[in-house]
Amino acid sequence: MENKNDIWTEIITPRRGWLDINLKEIWRYRDLILLFVRRDFVSVYKQTILGPLWLFIQPIFTTFIFYFVFNRIAKISTEGIDPILFYLSGITLWNYFSDCFLKTSNTFTSNASIFGKVYFPRLTTPISIVISNLIKFIIQLILFGCVVFYQVYFNDVKIQPNLYLLLLPYLVFLMAIMGLGMGILFSALTTKYRDLSFLLAFGIQLLMYATPIIYPLNFTQGKLHTILSYNPISPILENFRFSFFGSGNFDFSGLIYASIFSFLTLIIGIIFFNRVENKFMDTV
Amino acid sequence: MQVIKVEHLYKQYQLGQVSTGTISHDLNRWFHKIRGKEDPYEKITIDNAREEKGNSNYVWALKDVNFEVNQGEVLGIIGRNGAGKSTLLKILSKVTAPTKGNIKIRGRIASLLEVGTGFHPELTGRENIFLNGAILGMTKNEIKSKFDEIVAFSGVDKYIDTPVKRYSSGMYVRLAFAVAAHLEPEILIVDEVLAVGDAEFQKKCLGKMKDVSSQGRTVLFVSHNLVAVKSLCTSGILMERGSVSFSGTADETVERYMKANADQLKPKISYNTPLDAIGNEIIKIKHIEVVPSNPFITDEISINFSFWNFSEDQETNLAFDLIDLHEEVIFGTGFKFKKNGDNLSSASCRIPADLMNDGIYTINLYFNSAEMRPLYQLSNAVSFEVADKERNYAYFGKINGAVRPKLNWESE
Repeated sequence: MENKNDIWTEIITPRRGWLDINLKEIWRYRDLILLFVRRDFVSVYKQTILGPLWLFIQPIFTTFIFYFVFNRIAKISTEGIDPILFYLSGITLWNYFSDCFLKTSNTFTSNASIFGKVYFPRLTTPISIVISNLIKFIIQLILFGCVVFYQVYFNDVKIQPNLYLLLLPYLVFLMAIMGLGMGILFSALTTKYRDLSFLLAFGIQLLMYATPIIYPLNFTQGKLHTILSYNPISPILENFRFSFFGSGNFDFSGLIYASIFSFLTLIIGIIFFNRVENKFMDTV
Repeated sequence: MQVIKVEHLYKQYQLGQVSTGTISHDLNRWFHKIRGKEDPYEKITIDNAREEKGNSNYVWALKDVNFEVNQGEVLGIIGRNGAGKSTLLKILSKVTAPTKGNIKIRGRIASLLEVGTGFHPELTGRENIFLNGAILGMTKNEIKSKFDEIVAFSGVDKYIDTPVKRYSSGMYVRLAFAVAAHLEPEILIVDEVLAVGDAEFQKKCLGKMKDVSSQGRTVLFVSHNLVAVKSLCTSGILMERGSVSFSGTADETVERYMKANADQLKPKISYNTPLDAIGNEIIKIKHIEVVPSNPFITDEISINFSFWNFSEDQETNLAFDLIDLHEEVIFGTGFKFKKNGDNLSSASCRIPADLMNDGIYTINLYFNSAEMRPLYQLSNAVSFEVADKERNYAYFGKINGAVRPKLNWESE
């Protein structure tokens, strides 16, 4: 009897398989994910006067700065789209991606004290971050909607929303899994080599300027244009703008490229995360 | 029925700065691996022996650990600091993975490695119960159904909607333990939680532990507190230098541990002639002995001294400081000697029963002339342990204080 493995409910061994993620276990811990989301919200806005209003202030401020610097001073074209809406759409979408990326990239180091004491599926932490940022994104998207409404009715701005708007949830989903994948990949690598976290700050800034947030992709030409079109976030952003403002074309091949890139990133991220998950306590 | 089976468990740790040389070690390791060779750093890994400074950067925190736990057993795991107890618990609770070997488990494990994990200071007691419960593996519904019980157990019901940052540390710990205590796992791991809280709360905790075991569930209890292990556990294992050196009943294991500790102590030094004795040209130690060598707190302890005195003076002062493990002087005492004809002097000092606290003590000796001119000093001359007696009340923690005198209490 006792030699049979099946009578044991669990066997703790040194190594696990490459893609051995226990989705069932994560599902069992779904309440924990939601409680983490709640904790993040409550703890961030407790003891602030303006509370969640900060969610509005940040994109509006950035939009105005971009408007004065890049539109008024640098005179970079926005392809006929109202500059306020152009910048705000870029910032809203970019913020979601960069928050998912940055805030999951220190999963291990910032949760070391909890991870060192109790076991629960570690992926619950980055997943909860992506979800709490999704809520933040939706609130900012509503702000974007309000600004669109204001510009159209009071400032007579012309926009052409179209059926591609239905793809919006998919675009957001791609952003989420790309940010998550990159974030957990970084979090796995930074447990051993902390140097990477310094690179990350530069990297994300560089990536932001390589993404058509303050300029349309068509503003660039030649080699630069080719390089920038390899940025997997570009087609997501461009297609998002197309579905709202209807300028340019819908970029199908770009969307497929971004999809493949996102899923691959997620899979690679999970593989690395998994490798580190049960050993990282020895290296932090 | 076995619920835990630990088989040939090894755990390797890297000493010193982790980042230095990690890339080269990683590359080297990977290079060996792709050629199908053994990990080159496994061979140079030294045993877990803190006293000996090895020249290797890798150390076995656990080395070939094997044991089994049956259902309903309350297993006490004892050993000195650094013997591998915490590492073993970390692997059992899946916080870190073993280097080699495996552990087979039947049933859900919950650990009280440190209560209150994941408590967020800004959240209220109520919110933290849910969060902490979920971290420990409960679902929302499970927590909901036990919520009232948890609050009642913790005794903080008045403050349940106050952020826990406003709690006193006692309330905080009580709430945290209350959540953990209502987990109802098949296997419960308890690590030193008895060190916290007041006596009444400890009573509650121990009661909970007894409940758990009486329901046929299994408890692993790690503690330095031998009295608690003896009173609560049915069986025990003793860990030394990363391996299990003894397993048996709780009483046997505690006995064994105390004996192993006593072997490290030297309650007696003795020399036959002044030639081989320690000392200097004036003072030579013949004999110092603590009687009994393994006293309990309830024993009278006498320390017998005998030494050769080659000074011209007829009188000599002998003083000693009694020092505890924290290098704190508990007391100092002295005595004036008259020399005998053969240069030999003897005396003994009696420490009354029911004065010393339990613990390990050493003695520093000072010899001075009658005018208090230093003649000879000897640090750590002898060492001995005063052991606690089994108690008949609920508090098993260490009694505070440098000494633990038995005082007269009278009710009015």
